[in-house]
Amino acid sequence: MKSSYLSITARYLALALVALLTMGPFLWLLSTALKSGSENIFQYPPSLLPAQPTLENFWRVIDTQPFLLYLKNSVLVAGLAVAANLIFASLAAYPLARMEFRGKNLIFILLLSSMMIPFQLLMIPVYNIAINLGLQNSYLGLVLPHACTAFGVFLMRQAFLGIPRALEESAMIEGLSRLQIWWHVLLPLVKPSLATLAVFSFIGVWGDFLWPLIILDDPGYYTLPLGVNRLANTFSMDWRLVAAGAVFSILPILAVFVFSQKYFIEGAMRGAVKG
Amino acid sequence: MQKSEGLAPYLFLIPACAIIGGFVLYPMLHAIAASLTDYNMITESRFVGADNYRKLIKDPFFWNSLGNTLLYLVVVVPFLVIAPIFLALLVNKSLAGIKIFRAIFYLPVITSLVVTGLIWKWVYEEQGILNYFLLSTGITDNPVAFLTDPANALFSVMAVTIWTGLGYYMVIYLAGLQSIPRHLYEAAEVEGVSKWQQTIHITIPLLKPSIAIVAVMSSIAAMKVFEEVYVMTQGGPLDATKTLVYFIYQSAFEEFEMGYASAAGVVLFLLTLGLSMINLFVLRKR
Repeated sequence: MKSSYLSITARYLALALVALLTMGPFLWLLSTALKSGSENIFQYPPSLLPAQPTLENFWRVIDTQPFLLYLKNSVLVAGLAVAANLIFASLAAYPLARMEFRGKNLIFILLLSSMMIPFQLLMIPVYNIAINLGLQNSYLGLVLPHACTAFGVFLMRQAFLGIPRALEESAMIEGLSRLQIWWHVLLPLVKPSLATLAVFSFIGVWGDFLWPLIILDDPGYYTLPLGVNRLANTFSMDWRLVAAGAVFSILPILAVFVFSQKYFIEGAMRGAVKG
Repeated sequence: MQKSEGLAPYLFLIPACAIIGGFVLYPMLHAIAASLTDYNMITESRFVGADNYRKLIKDPFFWNSLGNTLLYLVVVVPFLVIAPIFLALLVNKSLAGIKIFRAIFYLPVITSLVVTGLIWKWVYEEQGILNYFLLSTGITDNPVAFLTDPANALFSVMAVTIWTGLGYYMVIYLAGLQSIPRHLYEAAEVEGVSKWQQTIHITIPLLKPSIAIVAVMSSIAAMKVFEEVYVMTQGGPLDATKTLVYFIYQSAFEEFEMGYASAAGVVLFLLTLGLSMINLFVLRKR
């Protein structure tokens, strides 16, 4: 424990410095959002704290822009996408982990190769497919292309591989069907991996911008990132309102993050080790 | 027990295969086919052979965006491979409040890129907070035109990509660090090896798999930069921040030259594929 005081102080200093780097821009945004209309936000030197903190910018944003609708859309789309990812990936992972069947290798190779293809190449044909299926301006259209990923399938397959076969075999002797085994025996045992997948798909869909930008032209279906972008285009001169809208859009995911922080970071670590 | 499974495996696989097949694999073939046509969503599309690719080779805007993307890669990837190692080492210690610091460092990762872009556009303002900081500490004499000067804009956008990625890759390294067996350090401690020497001779070599993963992931991510550019600069000033994906987006959804954009998309795909191959090869060799 020699020199521990000094090294611990140095470590905290470094931590604080990095924390300032990552938090600073958020705090500046928050400060701007809380500044009143009478305060000059371009004054020099800039005032770090609002002179008279006020929530008026938030009310104005909610009054003039359908931010509550954007929030509803975001929650709905993210919820549907997470549910779809959990179900479809763990369904597909079961036979890949546990059954022998014709074409297994082919499916494996196709899934693996799908991970190499950037969405930015696919956006043009996927846009056309979505238009042909009548998915423009719909929740289904926002969710469907993200409803399952090969990453999720492999993550769940890895989890199933870790379960002893004996559990499954005794369930079979009791006469449970494959589907019942999947639901009653396997899924309860892979909850940590399900949490990881939920977190990954949630972050991905919640922040997604490019796909909704392409497939939506009706603001009634806008999710928060598109709503914030629209706000920025409408009020490009008034950063107070843009900042308020941005803060509004961060708060929900921040709340989720604070309450399930351990799943985010542990989940990302699990994904990193196995991915 | 191991009798024929019948239809069961296929039934389990149907939803996943339908989605990945319908929204990834089939569109992939479609994109390659479209790159050989003059597809534009208005007139009937015709087969034009390699015309789009020939046009790409002669298009200075394409070369500009490809150059920007490669520069992006060269600058951003080393930062994102190295800096998060130090961050991970910093937070890989049981100190009071360390979990809070980890969470704070992870904050940019969960924020949508559009919002991140807007935040930084505001931070980068000519009379903004960052310029105030630089001027008042005497680092610069005049305000820096971060996003409006073509010489700075691309680097300013890169800084945002790096800022966003730090926490993400930190967590990957953290997972790597925590999988290093403790007894190696204990043995080194007994031998009287200093902390710094332990880092160099134990930690970094055993972190190599994570380093390879981060190199692959960050280079693929750098190839696909779009949102930061869209929000902060719209590709400007003077196309200084136009990346390959931005070029594809504009060609497809602003100029409706879908066939041409698909050809640029195929180039993006081949580059990404090449990068993963190189990275995998390097990883295999180690």
